[in-house]
Amino acid sequence: MKDIRFENVTKSFPTRSGRPFVAIRDVSLTVAEREFVAVVGPSGSGKTTLMRMAAGLDRPTEGSVRVGGREVTAPGPDRAVVFQQFALFPWKSVRENIAFGLRCKGVPRARQDEIVAHYLKLMSMEGTEDRFPHQLSGGMQQRVAIARSYAIEPDVLLMDEPFGALDAQTRTVMQEELVRLTRKEPRTVLFITHAVDEAVYLADRVVVLARDPGRLREIVDIRPTREAEEWGARPIEEVMDLPSFTHLRTHLWRLLRDQIRPDD
Amino acid sequence: MAFMTIAGRAPHPRALLLLSFAGAVLFFGGWHLLVATGAVSAQTLPSPVTVLATAWRLAFEPFAGHTLLEHILASLGRFAMGFLLAAAIGVPLGLAMGRFPLLDDIVSPIFEALRFIAPLAWVPFAALWFGTGIGGPVMVIFAGAFPPCLINAYRGAKLVELRLVEAAQTLGAGGLRIMAEVLLPGALPSIVAGLRVSAGLAWQSLVGAELIVASAGIGYVMVQAQSNLAPAIVMAGMLSVGAIGLAIDVALRRAERLVRARWGQT
Repeated sequence: MKDIRFENVTKSFPTRSGRPFVAIRDVSLTVAEREFVAVVGPSGSGKTTLMRMAAGLDRPTEGSVRVGGREVTAPGPDRAVVFQQFALFPWKSVRENIAFGLRCKGVPRARQDEIVAHYLKLMSMEGTEDRFPHQLSGGMQQRVAIARSYAIEPDVLLMDEPFGALDAQTRTVMQEELVRLTRKEPRTVLFITHAVDEAVYLADRVVVLARDPGRLREIVDIRPTREAEEWGARPIEEVMDLPSFTHLRTHLWRLLRDQIRPDD
Repeated sequence: MAFMTIAGRAPHPRALLLLSFAGAVLFFGGWHLLVATGAVSAQTLPSPVTVLATAWRLAFEPFAGHTLLEHILASLGRFAMGFLLAAAIGVPLGLAMGRFPLLDDIVSPIFEALRFIAPLAWVPFAALWFGTGIGGPVMVIFAGAFPPCLINAYRGAKLVELRLVEAAQTLGAGGLRIMAEVLLPGALPSIVAGLRVSAGLAWQSLVGAELIVASAGIGYVMVQAQSNLAPAIVMAGMLSVGAIGLAIDVALRRAERLVRARWGQT
């Protein structure tokens, strides 16, 4: 298992006007081994850029991103990504999608089948292995995408608003399932979202970003509250009704609110 | 058909069949009447019945050294070689150009210039360099078939969503695997459409090439018949070209539909 370290990371993109657009300025952040960190921020605060740099899909302009002590220079299977729009291969069945990363790793066929079966069961998706993504609901598709990422046993899981495209009910069910999954098979998780309650419910710590340029605003530790009130033992709707939960959510919401402009 | 959908009206399949049939009857009936009434001499324009009968006769009776079937097979062999060669080079090159902008910048200018040389304009060059046996005609077919293979693979690869490529990268896929398992299937509907256009152009170029360079083949039959003043044979040749071209197109159209259905794009 590995940690993620952002050290004084700045990311700017060239623009046509000649003045670079700064997406992230001087962010330092560590996600410890097996820690679940959620990043919230208004649009334009560079949340996704942060995730993409950890994935190796973007390189920082300044500073460094290290995973398990090694500088990130390219995408790799030690850092699996779950995208908002699922990014399943439409021409591959559920089984083939989940097995894709395993085949890249050269896992023997029999072992692939075992792993696929294991995650289908874990995500309560038995019997769907021969279906194609377009035959599945959004929630099912995202389950496959999460299974596909988990299957390659990455050290780090990077999730970019994975439930953003789902309807409210499906989203709630998926949040609960993700908690169940991460408890059963913990990973180092960097979870990007714009939904504050989702962040509070899922994460050990919540990182709040400010915008223009994207920078670190505050980090809120959820763990003391969660452990004291045993969130893990209660269903999601009950947790979200607790005064302690509402309190944290309101606190985070205030941090975000003063940055949101009417034109958003 | 395309012009029907432009008019915003989808005719009933049976009505469409009837209309097509009416068109054929009008065309062949008119042609037959023209000859039967003596308006045009049968020496100049054989009737459709004569053409069909000639085609049937040529199926057993050698002309210009071979039966019609042998000529057709010779043509199809050349067609297959040129077409497959074009697909084998054009599709991977197009995909790679869609993926790597550098390659795109290198190949595009040359390609854009070369593709304005019509396949038939390659004939003299092809004959000089590759001879009039197999090489020359195959090169001409290749010239006709290559551009749609490349262009459609390129466009298809460009249309493959970037996040699918990124997803593959983050799952540990290398460049070749991304080409074969992401870009190729992602671009497949576009590629198959390109192959259909490509096959049509290849078949057309082939007959053109055979008019000039060949010792067997449908084009060759037609040239020989022309110098023998046998219009019925010329037209039997045209009939075969049209029928086989149509058959190739129908087969690839079906393939295109299958791919679209399989890809959930119906």
